[in-house]
Amino acid sequence: MIVERKPLTLWERLYLPAIIGGFKVTVRHFFKRKVTMQYPEEKWVVPEGYRGAPYLVKDQAGRTKCVSCQLCEFVCPPKAIQITPPGPQPNPETGNVEKAPKEFEINMLRCIYCGYCQEVCPEEAIFLMRDYALIGSHRDELIFNQEKLLALGGTHQDTIQKWQHK
Amino acid sequence: MLLETWLVQLKHWMVNLFPAGWQPGVGSLVSVTVILGVFATLFAVATLLERKGLGRIQNRPGPNRVGPWGLFQPVADGIKMLTKEDIVPLTADQVVHFLAPIVLLAPVTLAFAVIPFGRKLVPIDLDAGLLFFFAVGSAAEVAAFMAGWSSHNKYSLLGAMRAIAQMISFELPLVISTMAVIMMSGSLSLVEIVRAQDGGVFGLIPRWHVLTPWGLAGFLIFFTAALAESNRSPFDLPEGESEIIGGFMTEYSGFKYALFFMGEYFGMFAVSGLATTLFLGGWHAPLPFLDRTLVPSFVWFFGKLLLLLFVFIWLRGTLPRLRVDQLMNFSWKFLLPLALINLLVVALWRFTASWPLAGRWALCLVALAAPFVALGAALMRHRHWKPRHYRYAR
Repeated sequence: MIVERKPLTLWERLYLPAIIGGFKVTVRHFFKRKVTMQYPEEKWVVPEGYRGAPYLVKDQAGRTKCVSCQLCEFVCPPKAIQITPPGPQPNPETGNVEKAPKEFEINMLRCIYCGYCQEVCPEEAIFLMRDYALIGSHRDELIFNQEKLLALGGTHQDTIQKWQHK
Repeated sequence: MLLETWLVQLKHWMVNLFPAGWQPGVGSLVSVTVILGVFATLFAVATLLERKGLGRIQNRPGPNRVGPWGLFQPVADGIKMLTKEDIVPLTADQVVHFLAPIVLLAPVTLAFAVIPFGRKLVPIDLDAGLLFFFAVGSAAEVAAFMAGWSSHNKYSLLGAMRAIAQMISFELPLVISTMAVIMMSGSLSLVEIVRAQDGGVFGLIPRWHVLTPWGLAGFLIFFTAALAESNRSPFDLPEGESEIIGGFMTEYSGFKYALFFMGEYFGMFAVSGLATTLFLGGWHAPLPFLDRTLVPSFVWFFGKLLLLLFVFIWLRGTLPRLRVDQLMNFSWKFLLPLALINLLVVALWRFTASWPLAGRWALCLVALAAPFVALGAALMRHRHWKPRHYRYAR
């Protein structure tokens, strides 16, 4: 791209007017409101639909919605999700109907917040939530297990309510 | 009166505790301690002021984590600088590399010796104070070159070359603009120059040099050149952190870097102090009758100094850095001729002393404005340069 350099007018060539103009701008900003957010004390309210950290959810009845289909594990581009299915032993409460995972781990250090897991999930069991600052003092702290993911994810207001009709 | 003279009396009292043979030495030592203490504190205040001021200009709060409103930030900076590892490059000239920050700081500190801080508060009243000031001030060039050369780093060397080119170019307008003051006050002694600005017209308008046409022009030229001399933005090319990563300070770390930083700030204080002395009436109050109140004179001096420091910071927040060729053109084709013309205007002002004030002002303003416009128009004229072709390259 070629930038057209316009010849300066005489007024512009006299340094001082331009400098005084600059002074006016900076003094105006000097008395303006500060736009800095004091981060740890005040936090950014993320907009609706923000793709933050992925968490697991429960339905209204308190059941884990995940059924260990492992589609999210398969689709996850950085391979951050690791699911251990429950195996052949039936659940004493529900029989061998829907298999809640034995263990569900998301390595938040690997997660790229792409949202594929949420998109691919047939059970609406995993959602990208609004957390954007995950902090740990050790790498192991950022591998979230099922318990932690469920606690952070909370309850999803399910409209289908599959378990009511079983 | 006690408010005014307590510092001097304290010094006399302390000096009198010692035997007569020791007294001159002890006296100097006390002055040196006070100057170092005051200006080191001012350095701390100025760094905070600069960061806060720049922050406000950029709609940020500036440092606000250490202490209330970030007031202890300089302390934290100091601790950090002191405890950092001091790295010297393997290929550096060890001795010169070590000496450079000292060579910068020592002469700059010497420059404070001749500045009258208050009515009776001048460390040494030299007859050639102004000459002494510029003589020690020019040692900064040696320090910059020592640092750049000894670091054995291309960026350092480039920075040093830029620094020297810039300092030498801007020393001319700097010195010549002060010559106007010397012509009017007839003395090189800074105490005499302040005395020449005593009193006021009708007892209201102070007789400061900046309030005359030649003084205003001289002050602007002096201040611009002083900006360049102290390597401050928009003339901070020697440092140029975005192009030559810190210039001659690239290979310095820890306390030596802090010393360079201190040297830069002390230089800024020194030229601000000189500008105050030469053009802004030194320690005189802004209204002549305020001189006779209880407020000690050094309060006025440091008030003006802080004001000038604020302008330094304000300028840094306002103007972008110049290019090297723009810098050189500005110095040699604009500031220097203007400074020379200003000398002529001072002569005009001196020889029209019997004229009515309005006519005198008009004549001098025209004599200044006409060359200003002509030089400005000529300097930034749009040249229709075509791309250069080299026959042998084709």
